Amino acid sequence: MTIDLQQFRSAFFEESVEHLATIENGLLRLESRPHDSDLLNEIFRAAHSVKGASGMFGLHDLAHFTHAFESVLDRLRHNTLPVTIARVNLLLRASDMLHVLVDCARNNELAPAQAAELTAQLAAETDGAVIETSAVSAVQSPSGKQEFRITMRPARELLLRGQDPTLLLRELAQLGEIVAVSADTTMLPELPVLDAEACYLAWTIVLATERAEADIRDVFMFVDDICEVVIERVSSPGSEAIGSVDIAAIAPLAADVISDVAASTPARAERRTTNDRRSSQSDSSSIRVSTEKVDELINLVGELVISHSMVNQLVSLLPTEHSLRLEEAVAEMGRNMRDVQERMLKVRMLPISSVFHRFPRLVRDIAMSTGKPISLVMSGEDTELDKSVIERIADPLTHLLRNAADHGIESPDARRAAGKPEEGTITLAASHRGGNVVLEISDDGPGLNLKRIREKGIAVGLLRPDEVVSDEQLQQLIFQAGFSTSATITDVSGRGVGMDVVRRNVESLSGSISIESQPGFGTKFIIKLPLTLAILDGMALAVGEQVFVMPLLAIVESFRATPAQVTMVMSQGEVVQARGETVPLVRLHRILGIPNAVENPARALIVLIEHDGRRFGLMVDDLLGQSQVVIRNLEANFRRVDGVMGATIMGDGRVALILDVQGITRLGGRSATRTTGAPVALPELTEAAYAVA
Amino acid sequence: MTKNALVVDDSPSMRQMIAFTLREAGFSVTEATDGADALKQLDAAAPRLIVTDLNMPVMNGIEFIKHVRANVAHKFTPILMLTTESNDALKAQGRAAGATGWVVKPFDPQKLVQVVHKVVA
Repeated sequence: MTIDLQQFRSAFFEESVEHLATIENGLLRLESRPHDSDLLNEIFRAAHSVKGASGMFGLHDLAHFTHAFESVLDRLRHNTLPVTIARVNLLLRASDMLHVLVDCARNNELAPAQAAELTAQLAAETDGAVIETSAVSAVQSPSGKQEFRITMRPARELLLRGQDPTLLLRELAQLGEIVAVSADTTMLPELPVLDAEACYLAWTIVLATERAEADIRDVFMFVDDICEVVIERVSSPGSEAIGSVDIAAIAPLAADVISDVAASTPARAERRTTNDRRSSQSDSSSIRVSTEKVDELINLVGELVISHSMVNQLVSLLPTEHSLRLEEAVAEMGRNMRDVQERMLKVRMLPISSVFHRFPRLVRDIAMSTGKPISLVMSGEDTELDKSVIERIADPLTHLLRNAADHGIESPDARRAAGKPEEGTITLAASHRGGNVVLEISDDGPGLNLKRIREKGIAVGLLRPDEVVSDEQLQQLIFQAGFSTSATITDVSGRGVGMDVVRRNVESLSGSISIESQPGFGTKFIIKLPLTLAILDGMALAVGEQVFVMPLLAIVESFRATPAQVTMVMSQGEVVQARGETVPLVRLHRILGIPNAVENPARALIVLIEHDGRRFGLMVDDLLGQSQVVIRNLEANFRRVDGVMGATIMGDGRVALILDVQGITRLGGRSATRTTGAPVALPELTEAAYAVA
Repeated sequence: MTKNALVVDDSPSMRQMIAFTLREAGFSVTEATDGADALKQLDAAAPRLIVTDLNMPVMNGIEFIKHVRANVAHKFTPILMLTTESNDALKAQGRAAGATGWVVKPFDPQKLVQVVHKVVA
């Protein structure tokens, strides 16, 4: 029977990732707790598990390396080697290599050359005394049929090891042919004093076999400490008559005796559990589920919600006298539906600690390489977000943290001069606030250098030299593509470009990013993210024959403008008076190219939108009402379209495009001052949306 | 009636592999994540074979073996240790605690089955 273990490979890789995380986090904590033996054991065990399992799958590079790693850990946990910073650094480098080797193993690639170097360094720590794994003993080649006389004399306690002498005899029988066997019963005491749990017997066996003596001795490998075994070659086969006993005849008698004895040992019986309850198979409180399964379920639930709202709509069209009970039933169904949807979405939520955990290492490494002592304070690690949001926020967060450590915190000298403690502090905080997740990254450095930003802005052409801009606008400048204020391109954060990518990434999650900076005191970046990407509270808007959905959060209010409120301003285009201020007017039908829309502002509806501290009036035909919509991804099925972040199906079965506020803001800004590339033709877009839905 | 084997290892992939191998060999398998978990399941599982790792959190293999042997129903149940070291001290410790035999990791599944046949009728 050949057993294929490859099906367990992916489970092994998943498990290894967790073990490697345990190792890295453990090593980081080790620096401040070098004598914590529980911690050392935890790290050792994780390495040990990876070693054992990788060997099982024939991943020899990984097994070999992990073995060297484990050897050092073993010395540390047994206190034969002290924990030093140099050692921890070596182990951290080794931990990084472990990640590389796991990836190589996963992709069937060869290990990099540095692995051998690091292995040597690890071995040097243990004076090369890496625990050697013994070579598998070679199979002895048969040497022609011989007879051996084997005498086995077990100690009394053989049975207490769970050993069964008959199995030993059986194994011997498999090596060849048992010519004769006799039992030595001379040590067997009288029944009253006989201990049924002790072994008083010994055996002599004559075995004819082609196998070597070593193979015979192997049979006894587990009992070589409690069983006397003598193996002699028999010079003249067949000459030994050792009074064989007919075992077949004795066996049934023996069976009776054994069961009788078993029944009569109450004296030493310990308390037996009398209840027969079946304990639950394994007390695990969680199961692994693939994200595809969860996504499928969430999609289905989304479909259910849409179907339900269609049913709801149809029911509302029925004459009331017939439909009251139906209405109630449908409403109840709706409540259950929302409940299921909410819970399904929660299934996909994970604590953000999975992203946060890599940051202490990141900050530590930057602190070491720049020579600036920096401490990272994290809070709210168990704040939960949707899994895909977490995955996509990891890079932007990493970038912001790198920036904070590299550029945000000033040198220890500068800090001392400013009367600040030498060690810089970066704070990373996550929390739930009003239906959003808020992430704050702040440093206690000197804050944004507005003068330098202004100079750079002019230098790269984003600002005219004489342009008057507020401090806030200067701060926003760093999010523009092509902007960088670092005097040199540092190794750590690259060219300083990437803030525009950060903002784009955050926006693609329907989130927002803002800055607060106080000169001398520090800078804070605030990222707001929706809890989920799957559903949205929106307001349906009618433009022409189309329906659009605007995220509710972005809407301040809506009103019908009088002709007097809408005017044209030379440098800015159309504007409208709203709430005492003048804001740009953005005609949705124009920026999206929708025919047959209301073009007269006096007949249209103005929706006052607020985004990123800026406001504008969006002109639409009408408001159709508020609803919670299921977001269907357009990008996956069509392509990314500026101004649109997805599609949904309304209760009446019509497809509605969900507007992306940031995109609309930009499109609106551009069309107000200068013409840009033509917007996507709406018919094409809607067709695609129908295909999606 | 199928014999039950109790497999104790804190590594899920190892457990799965061993469980799979033993099922192929005709056992029904109960899995446990460490010594304490295994002791909780011991009575219900009523195993005829126990396979246990030595390095586990909460309760390690040696401790677990001692507890098993102290249980009157399992004085004679074959117990196999999984060890990655050909560390004689550890094997001796295991045997002193009452282990029947051992399998050295990494092992090929055939080897596990062979060793099982050495100790289980």
